[in-house]
Order: sequence, then structure tokens, then C-alpha cells
Amino acid sequence: MKVFSNWQWFHRLGSPRWFYQTTGRWLPWLSVATLLVLIIGLVWGLAYAPADAKQGNSFRIIYIHVPASFLALAGYYIMAIAGAVGLIWRMKLSFMVMKAAAPIGAVLTFIALFTGAVWGKPTWGTYWVWDARITSMLILLFLYAGVMSLQYAYHSVDAASKAGAILALVGTVNIPIIYKSVDWWYTLHQPATIKLTSAPSMHPDMFQPLLVMILGFYLFYALVLILNTRSEILRRERKTGWVRELAQSKSGFDARAGD
Amino acid sequence: MARQMNSGFSAWLRRDLLLAYRRRGEVASPVLFFVMVSTLIPLGLTPESARLAEVAAGMIWVIALLATLLSVDGLFASDYQDGSLEQMLLTPQLLPLPVLGKITAHWLTTGLPLTLVSPLLGLMLSLPGAGYIPLICSLALGTACLSFLGAVGAALTVSLRKGGLLLTLLVMPLYMPVVIFGTATVNYAIDGFNWLPPLAILGALFAAAVALCPLAVAGALRVTASN
Repeated sequence: MKVFSNWQWFHRLGSPRWFYQTTGRWLPWLSVATLLVLIIGLVWGLAYAPADAKQGNSFRIIYIHVPASFLALAGYYIMAIAGAVGLIWRMKLSFMVMKAAAPIGAVLTFIALFTGAVWGKPTWGTYWVWDARITSMLILLFLYAGVMSLQYAYHSVDAASKAGAILALVGTVNIPIIYKSVDWWYTLHQPATIKLTSAPSMHPDMFQPLLVMILGFYLFYALVLILNTRSEILRRERKTGWVRELAQSKSGFDARAGD
Repeated sequence: MARQMNSGFSAWLRRDLLLAYRRRGEVASPVLFFVMVSTLIPLGLTPESARLAEVAAGMIWVIALLATLLSVDGLFASDYQDGSLEQMLLTPQLLPLPVLGKITAHWLTTGLPLTLVSPLLGLMLSLPGAGYIPLICSLALGTACLSFLGAVGAALTVSLRKGGLLLTLLVMPLYMPVVIFGTATVNYAIDGFNWLPPLAILGALFAAAVALCPLAVAGALRVTASN
């Protein structure tokens, strides 16, 4: 591994700094766009979209629930791909993205489960059922928890990153298997009382705000991922010259939000 | 070349089996765990054989999973402590081969005894008669999957001081498909269906685990053991 130390040095000094400075220029635009799209989507979905014929207003939680579940799953792949890039090309920045992505994905998974439970109470009459999708999301939460706790368990940043990346990749191979097996398990035990409302039959008036919300959540995810990665860069690069200069020039100012 | 590659597998298999033979007490503990925990089920649930029969397959599978999980923690731990893991990393053979040997030895010393004891537990938990052959078949294949997946977790946590609990967190989600198809095999047989399809899926999981897990373990050991 020592053969590659030149590369590591190059990436450590080059990429994170470039990332920090470039994203610093994007942040204002991205924040405004995220805020705008989320506000439009929320107001449209919560206030103007028609109420559901059977579920009334309680269906409106899908404007949070569906985008959160989308990104919970996509976030795992983003995390695993970042980890793979880090393992293959030995990029420090990529590992930082991976570490930053894990808690965001875990929180989104939790939000998806929580909003699902809140929606389930008036609709199904119970907070929790062992439905295939719910169970899969719960297992996804466990997978996120595993990657996060493994990374926190190591003192060495390098070992934490690589071990986390390997686990994320193992999880990636397993997610389709887990998803399909849980799906199959559920159809085997399917209780007849509960039926999920079918999504494709949604009225366009309800569906359009959902699309806006999904876009908004993607923007929000990108924004939070960048912010989290930036703080991780500052933490790991705190001994390098440019971070010290940055800290000195902005002393007393929150470096994470700083630009 | 082929002989050299093979020696990496068989040498580590033979070594681990010999070590297990010399520490026979440690080999017995997963089996004892298996038997003792299943004694708790009638105590905690019900002694009625009709109700026990309903949950027997699932319970035996879950306990087998926990027994494997507890034992897989030690797969690389003593090798890491006495330095022989470093030697394994330095061998000229492809690293997945010694890893494969170690995992096979682990299955022979935990999964296989659990499988052999399982009919006894089935009897104690009043498992219906049609379930015994499927139980043995599914446990034989399934515990092998559990050994392979558990080895990945063991390799990732080998250098951590309190790796054991973390290992269970990492590996448990990966075990879920194995449990689903393992219990399905037994329950299908009890309900009078063809139980070969879920067993075939277990076989597919096993094949995938044999192909992929040693690679992941080798990668993980290179990261963690040199740490």
C-alpha cells in the first residue's frame, strides 16, 4: 500500500480543498433553489391538492413520506458508490462523502417509517404492520445503523472509511436479495385485511405536487450532503494549511456554513 | 499451480479443525446454547404441544442463527491476537482461499453440529413429522450461509476491542433472507407443499455466498488486521 502513498497525498491535498471551494460557490444558489421548490411543493400539496376521496386529508403525508422513502433507498446506493470509488481510486474525498451520506440516509429512512406509521393509524387502524415494504425499510435502517456504528468504532480514519465502504458494498449486494425475499415472505403470509393504495392511479392534481416534492427532496439531499461533507472535510483536514488559514480568516464564524 | 492454490485452502482447514479438536469445550458451547435457549421457549411461551408446533420451525431457525452469530465472533479473533492472521495475510496464496478454508472449518464445527442436534430440538418443540428432513436440509445449507456472511462481519470487526456486539448489528440484517427461506422450507413441508423451491433458493444464496463472501472477507481483513 505504501506504493500508493503519493496518490493519497495528492488526493488529500487536492480534492477536498477543491470540493470545499467549489461547493462554497454553489451553496447560496442551491439553498435558495431547495427552499423554493420545497415551499412550492408543500403549499401545493398540503393546501391546494384535492383531498382523497377515502382517506380525506390524511393522505397528504405522502408528500413527505414518498420522497423520503425514495431518497432513503437512493441514499444507500449513493453512500455505497462513494465508498466503492474511495476503495478503488483511493480518494479521501469519496470516503468523506460516504461518511456524510450515512446519517442523512438513516434519518430519511426513519422519517419514511415514522410518517408511514402516522399515516397507518387513521388509514389501517394501527401504527405498525409487518408489511413487505415497511419491513424492508426497517432492515434498511438496520443496514444504515451498521455502516454508521462500524465507522464510529474505529479510531483510525483510514480503517473506518475502508471498513465502512466494504460493509456498504456487501449491503448493496444484499439489498435486492433482502427486498425480494421480504416481498416473497409477505405474499406468503399476506393478511387479507390490509391493502396499500395503488400509487399509479393517483389523480394528476395529487401527483404533480408529489413530483415537485420529490425534486425538492433531491435538492435538499444534495444540499445536506454537501454541507455534511464540508464539515467532514474541515474535521479531517484540520491540520492542513488551507483549513488553518480558513479558520484564522474567519475566526469566530461558523466554518460549516461559512463562505 | 493448482496444488499450490489448493494447499492454501486445505492447510487452513486442517489447522482450524485441529485447533477445534484441541479445544473441544469451545466447540460444544454453540450446541449447548442452542439446546438451552430452546428450553426457554416452552417456559416463556407455552408448554402446549399444538402451539409449540406452530412456532417450532421459526424458533429453531432463530436460535440456530443466534448460536452461529455468537460463535462467528471468534473466527478470526484468536488468530488476530496471536499473530497468525498476519501470517495468513502474508501467504503467497490468494487470500480468499485460506479464508474459505477457515469458514469451512467454522461451519464444520458449528453449523454441522447444530444441524445434527436440530432433530432433537424438533422433538422437544413438537415439530410435526414432515418437518424433520426439510429442517436438517435447510439448516445444513442455511448455517453455511450464516457462517459465510458472519465471516464478513467478523473480518470487519476483528481489531475492535468490543467487536462482538457490533458484529451482530452488522450481520443481522444480512441474515434475514436466510431465515426467511430456511423457515419457509420447513413450514412448506409441514403444510404439505413442495418444499424444494425455498431450499433451492437457500442453495442459490449459499452459492452466491461461497463466491462473494471470501472476497469481501479478504478485502476486509487487509483493511482491519493491518490497522
